[in-house]
Amino acid sequence: MNKSNSVTRLNIQRIGYIILTILAFLTVTPIVLVLFFILKQGLPAISLEFITGFPFDGMRSGGILPAIIGTIYLTIGTAIFAVPLGIGAAIYLSEYAADNKWTRLIRIAIINLAGIPSVVYGLFGLGLFVIFLRFGTSILAGSLTLAIMTIPVIITTAEEALRAVPQSFRIVSISLGATHWQTIKRIVLPEALPGILTGVILGLERAAGETAPILFTVAAFFLPRLPTSPLDATMALPYHLFVISTQVPGMPIKIQYGTALVLIFFVLSMNIIAAAIRSRARARRQW
Amino acid sequence: MTDKIFVDHLFLNYSDGTESLKDITLNIPANAISVLFGPAGGGKSSLLRVINRLNELADVVFLSGKVWLDGENILDPKIDINRLRRRVGMVFARPVVLPLSIRANLTYGMEIAGEKRKSVLDEAVERSLNQAALWDEVKDRLDDPAVALSGGQQQRLCLARSLALQPEVILLDEPTSGLDPISTGKVEASLQKLKQHYTIVLVPHSIQQAARVADYAAFFLQGEMVEYAPGKNIFTKPQDKRTEDYIEGRFG
Repeated sequence: MNKSNSVTRLNIQRIGYIILTILAFLTVTPIVLVLFFILKQGLPAISLEFITGFPFDGMRSGGILPAIIGTIYLTIGTAIFAVPLGIGAAIYLSEYAADNKWTRLIRIAIINLAGIPSVVYGLFGLGLFVIFLRFGTSILAGSLTLAIMTIPVIITTAEEALRAVPQSFRIVSISLGATHWQTIKRIVLPEALPGILTGVILGLERAAGETAPILFTVAAFFLPRLPTSPLDATMALPYHLFVISTQVPGMPIKIQYGTALVLIFFVLSMNIIAAAIRSRARARRQW
Repeated sequence: MTDKIFVDHLFLNYSDGTESLKDITLNIPANAISVLFGPAGGGKSSLLRVINRLNELADVVFLSGKVWLDGENILDPKIDINRLRRRVGMVFARPVVLPLSIRANLTYGMEIAGEKRKSVLDEAVERSLNQAALWDEVKDRLDDPAVALSGGQQQRLCLARSLALQPEVILLDEPTSGLDPISTGKVEASLQKLKQHYTIVLVPHSIQQAARVADYAAFFLQGEMVEYAPGKNIFTKPQDKRTEDYIEGRFG
């Protein structure tokens, strides 16, 4: 009786293990399939001309350089606005703000901002930056819109990274005659930096791949020249992909997948940089 | 004996009501080890933290009285609190090394205070490590991360880090509670040498340690100072029944 009981228990263990393993593999399958199809269909399109050339023939041939450059500019623009604001707010919330009604309200606001659909940000950007502030359809307006969308992500991850720094470091630093700000600058920020950078990159990566926020604020349907000022409109990879997939008849499929491949490469390499920063920090962690 | 610190009718309450001090008055002499002992929750650590105003990081709801350091009331809000903390060093129960190299841990306080000259910093590193009996063990790896040191070494590094600032007073809050007897012996031996130049206030981690090192000893019980006397008197002929009961282990 006792023995068969433990045998049954062992079998339940095994079945559970197998089911969990299958589930884990199932979650990976779509990612692998997506990568596989995009690589298979898109790789033939990749050439030096595709990366460095301008589109012609109604975008049915040539390259996608303006879209690549546009996305790089938009990512940099987003970083310029979102990174200082996001990290600054995180430092305030983690290091200075008391836990009271006011800061709880700020936190609720941040969480809710992160939940707003991106197309709503797009519409908001159109109303505020493009029309009201008269930035026009421009990199400036698009970057600001993407920045507003990115800031909650940066604040949340940066605050978490700052809070993970042991309180005892702060107390020791202050006991050695350091001011609050000297303690933050010399001890807390360097310790939290890898975590903060990871959050920044994940936030920017999301911004780089978004279509809806740039739809009304910056993205040009077809603009076969490079932007020369922040007030220029530009092509951008996500919107370009949308355009050539749905708006242009007779579009060769390899150009669509080639564009998707470049976009994914762009976003994934940011991901890999974030992972590298994390693992380097973990290796250094022991001190 | 000159008095370095004079605690003058000090009252203290925390908002969570855990620990408080009730009308504490005592003189802490220079060039001696003064020990604050008694059961947990008696207010020893609270008093220690008032002397360099680290208690302000906690939730103090009520504080009255004065604490004089060389005739200057350090509870005066107008004093330079960062300068005070350089004059009054602190060593905590658990060694907390900053996530920096051994050398950078030692020079941290001086660099914060604006010292940039390498010769001055190097001199302070060697002097403070010698004072904390750590120089021979780490002199060849000053640029290694400080966490690589053993627990006992880390605690002596923390002591050296306070000493690097050439403070006038050193506060130690159960500095040997996590250490083995050999490391504890090294720390206690360092303190005996250091008292020639510094004023030392120690919360011991055991009554035995209190008896070993105390030149003066104050017995704290539930926020009150029951008795304050030279160490050789209080541990052999305590005047108060409560002190006697505690020393003889009837409670605690």
